[in-house]
Amino acid sequence: MDALLQPVQQLLGPTLFTLVWTLVKIVVLLAPLMICVAYLTYAERKIIGYMQVRLGPNRVGPKGWLQPIADAVKLMFKEIIIPSGANKGLFILGPVLALGPALAAWAVIPFAPGIVLANVDASVLYVMAIASMGVYGIILAGWSSNSKYAMLGAMRSAAQIISYEVAMGFALVGVLMVSHSLNLVEIVNGQAKGWAASQGLGFLSWNWLPLFPMFMVYLISTVAETNRAPFDVAEGESEIVAGFHVEYGGMAFAVFFLAEYANMILVAALTSLFFLGGWLSPVGFLPDGMLWLVAKAAFILFFFLWFRATFPRYRYDQIMRLGWKVLLPVTLVWLLVLGAWMLSPFSIWK
Amino acid sequence: MLENYFPVLMFVLVGVGFGFVPMIAGWLLGPSKPDPEKLSPYECGFEAFEDARMKFDVRYYLIAIIFILFDLEIAFLFPWAAVLGEFAGNESLRFFGFFEMLVFLGILILGYIWVWKKGALDWE
Repeated sequence: MDALLQPVQQLLGPTLFTLVWTLVKIVVLLAPLMICVAYLTYAERKIIGYMQVRLGPNRVGPKGWLQPIADAVKLMFKEIIIPSGANKGLFILGPVLALGPALAAWAVIPFAPGIVLANVDASVLYVMAIASMGVYGIILAGWSSNSKYAMLGAMRSAAQIISYEVAMGFALVGVLMVSHSLNLVEIVNGQAKGWAASQGLGFLSWNWLPLFPMFMVYLISTVAETNRAPFDVAEGESEIVAGFHVEYGGMAFAVFFLAEYANMILVAALTSLFFLGGWLSPVGFLPDGMLWLVAKAAFILFFFLWFRATFPRYRYDQIMRLGWKVLLPVTLVWLLVLGAWMLSPFSIWK
Repeated sequence: MLENYFPVLMFVLVGVGFGFVPMIAGWLLGPSKPDPEKLSPYECGFEAFEDARMKFDVRYYLIAIIFILFDLEIAFLFPWAAVLGEFAGNESLRFFGFFEMLVFLGILILGYIWVWKKGALDWE
């Protein structure tokens, strides 16, 4: 690889080369991600279809495999409507601000040892910071549309997202305590240690077991953070028609759609890294590798779809109660238990 | 050290650019036949009345303020959590690191209980 790149480097000079080479890496990362997003929408319709004893999309291409592409093409040729009362600049900025952070967070996600775009020490902090930016897109979209439904949906959604971010943050503090690092690579490597891992039963040494309450809180919070069912009151089609993106159509709507699914894939990957050992193999006799991370993220994503097919929508006051009065105390208590556990002679994270 | 963050910066720019591309494509490829009815805000077929930027519930505001407190708390907890392991290995600092944070968290929890009792977290 280096021998191949040497002539290119001489041709472009070091600065331009770094720029181009980083851009190439970003494209190599984004292209499969976009395909995943497209086929996640297909998987969602297909899986929920089967769960409800329907077939799901099966007309476009063999078994409906071309459905996401047909959807994208259709949306591309639709008119983008900007309502007369809207703030045009902010109205266009809304979807962009929703999608931008969902993609930008991938800069620090490690896929396997050494396969990471930017191995920075504060990667958890970066992910937390950039993931919180997504709420601006929703607020901007809801406010700039100048429509009542959009405004109500945006208020609900923003309050819900920030509420669950608190519980999510506290759950992450637990992960950081046992991994002694803010670096995602270190967090995964920390899960490869311990008695169970040395016995060839790696999956027992991952964070999900000793931090089980944190894992549950994190999993529930991610569903609420991405505005997915059963926490999808922001869109609540039976009450506020589509919430914050009611005025969006065509590609502008598609960007919101992309952002939601890109966010789902992001939080699924993060959950796998924090709690399910990332690229680590669950058992000793199988090698570690990127495929494990993909499999774990797909497993979490399946839960997202399963939740949507199974659970009825929460009421808004129930959502807020769950976030502030149930999940938050659970994490606080487990933080104290964890701290005491780490200081006691029974600590398993020496 | 700082050059590690260069790809991150580029990724943010590409990510934001990536949001604009489909919108421009849609704007170029899609039709554009505006009329006043189509451009009016959607209100289930009725003429829009009043201003859409209406008064909203004060509890949204409360939640935002409480969120800022808790999020700051988490920002303070992050570095502590990352070094707690080192404290645990050090005999003289062992309990200091833990109980310092217990005091800090204790103050927050007191406030949390007060907010709960005051009903700021209720949505009835």
